[in-house]
This record gives sequence, C-alpha cells and structure tokens, in this order.
Amino acid sequence: MEYFAIIIGAIFVSNIVLAQFLGICPFLGVSGKVSTSVGMSGAVLFVMTLATLVTWLIYVYVLVPLGITFLQTISFILVIASLVQMVEIILKKISPPLYQALGIFLPLITTNCAVLGVALLTQSKNYDLLQGLVFAIANAIGFALAMILFAGLREHLNLMQVPKGMRGVPIALVTAGILAMAFMGFAGIV
Amino acid sequence: MNQWTNFTKGFVKDNPVFVLLLGLCPTLAVTSSAINGLGMGLATTFVLVCSNIVVTMIKSYIPDKVRIPSFIVIIASFVTIVELVMQAYVPALFATLGIFIPLIVVNCLVLGRAEGFASKQSLLSSLVDGLGMGFGFTFALTLLGAVREMLGNGSIFDVKFTTGDAILIFILQPGAFIVLGYLIALINKLRTSS
Repeated sequence: MEYFAIIIGAIFVSNIVLAQFLGICPFLGVSGKVSTSVGMSGAVLFVMTLATLVTWLIYVYVLVPLGITFLQTISFILVIASLVQMVEIILKKISPPLYQALGIFLPLITTNCAVLGVALLTQSKNYDLLQGLVFAIANAIGFALAMILFAGLREHLNLMQVPKGMRGVPIALVTAGILAMAFMGFAGIV
Repeated sequence: MNQWTNFTKGFVKDNPVFVLLLGLCPTLAVTSSAINGLGMGLATTFVLVCSNIVVTMIKSYIPDKVRIPSFIVIIASFVTIVELVMQAYVPALFATLGIFIPLIVVNCLVLGRAEGFASKQSLLSSLVDGLGMGFGFTFALTLLGAVREMLGNGSIFDVKFTTGDAILIFILQPGAFIVLGYLIALINKLRTSS
C-alpha cells in the first residue's frame, strides 16, 4: 500500500514535469516528435534509477558518517555527471543498439534537473533504499507519460493554424498549461 | 564590446527567459508571487556573477577536456554557499523556494554563460555579463511572479489591492505555463513590431 501510494503520487498526483516543474528543458526541447520523446524517456528512466541508487548509497554511507551532508549538492551533481559519462561508455561497448537508441540523449541528461531533483527529493523525504528506487522509477514513468502525451499534442499542433505571435514556444506552453490542468484532476486520490 | 550594451542585452534583446528560454524550471516553479521570483532571481544572479568571475580567472589553467566538470564544481560551490546563507538568514524564503535552490547547479543559464562567455572573455566583461544576465533573469521572474500574483491572489508584493475573489488557477501550476506562454507571445510581438 505504501509503495502504491508512492507510485500513484509520483506518476499522477505530483507529476514531476507538470506539477513539480522539473525537467522542463527536455520537456519543451525534445517533444517535437513522439519517437524522440520515447527515446528521451527511456534514457531518463535508466539514468534516474541508477543515479538515485548511487546518490542514496553515497549520502547514507559517506556523507552522513563523515558529517558533511552540506556537501550534498556538490557531491550529487558530480556523481550524476560521472555516472552519465560512464553509462555512455559502457553502453557503447556492451550494447550498441541501445546506445544507438539512447546515445544522443545521454549528454543532455546531466543538466536535466529532474535527475538531480529526484535524488534530492528522495533524501528530503527520508525514503529507505527500496522506497527511493520505487520513487525514482515512478517519477521516470511520470516524466515519460507527460512527455509522450505532450509530444502527441505537439504533432497535432503543427497542423493547426496558430496566430503568428503564438507560434512555436508560446502555444506549446499554453498547451502544457492545459495538460497540467488536466493532471490537477488527480489531486487528492492518494 | 561596449560594456553598457553588454550589460543591457540581458534585459530585452537576449533575455534569458523570454528570448533564450534558459532556466525555465525555476522560472515556472517559484513564481507564484513577485517576492519569490525576486528572491530566486537574486540567488541565481549571485551564483552567476561569482562563477563567471572565477571561471575567467582560472580559464587558462583548466585543461580543455575537463572544463565542463570543473565549471560544474565551481558553480556547485557557490550554490552551496547560497544555500547555507539563505538557510541561516532568510529561512522562510529558503523553505518556499525549497529544492530549487540546490537546483541552481543545473540551471542551464549559469553553465551556459560560464561555457559560452566567461571562458572566452576578460574579467570585466564577464562580470558585467553576469550582472546583466542575472538582472535580466531576475526581471523576468519578478514580472512573471507579479502577473501571476495579481491575477491569482489580487495582490502585488504581498500588498492586497482587491477584496474580491481572484483567479486561483494563476498561482497554481497550470497558470505558470499559461502566463509564461502569453508573456513570450507578447514579447515576440513587441520585438517584431519595433
């Protein structure tokens, strides 16, 4: 039940993109086509889970015993940046097809605030390791849901007659606003 | 480059939020009131100016291959300073801005200026650029916060100007997207007509 609440909460009620405003850059930047947004979501799922696992271990076994939790931000971002680099190198060696699919999205993920955000939120909510992992995976699914829905909407928007000043980013933001309004309907279910 | 144009470019011509579309996460997340927008903008300005200064001073000692990680460490150090200072002196604002203070680290505006400007220019230019971009960012956040607060709460900088009901949706999440969308459209319109 507790895990169920974490999952529903992260995917629908406080959706990472539409309710918490994390990962807006990829949400607006690579949501032009459904296929690229699926690739980006896959890469985020992969890195977010791994990053939450590693940062949780570092926080509990290194930062807390040494009493240097104020170095949380700096150590987490370094871990995430090196993790992304490592994942890129390992994928290239062991699974070229997966690298082909996720490759171009990986460098972009270092500056995706959703990854660092979820790692920090896991700590501030005092989750244990398993709860943290469930939280990370659920958030990644929430990211994928928002991203793919939005990409589908934008593909249709391209065919519409939009007033000149609203073309491009402005109409995309207003559409995202309406999508966020739809997600507000989930408020209160857990 | 003329330092005055260098300073003013951040306000309208190359405004980080309205034109370059950098740093949109904090822009959308914390602007439920004008004062929150101002606080977030000033915190980011501090990090931006300090990291620009340090990056220009040590740019010739950083090997090219590890320059991005080095910049991130410099930025993260200043973010930690801001975090600790805000926690000590403005705990209420720190609590409202929450996770978005540590997330200044991954604000693409800060890294973008370090990589794209400070690592190539002189100390004075980088300082002026940091200040100009920072104030442009602060201006955008405060404007967005003010519009949302006026529509959604009927107040400005916490001063109520109406007793009637306000349109609550504007200080909730959807309002952030919608107001920013229309502000960008308005600025596009002003830029193309002038």
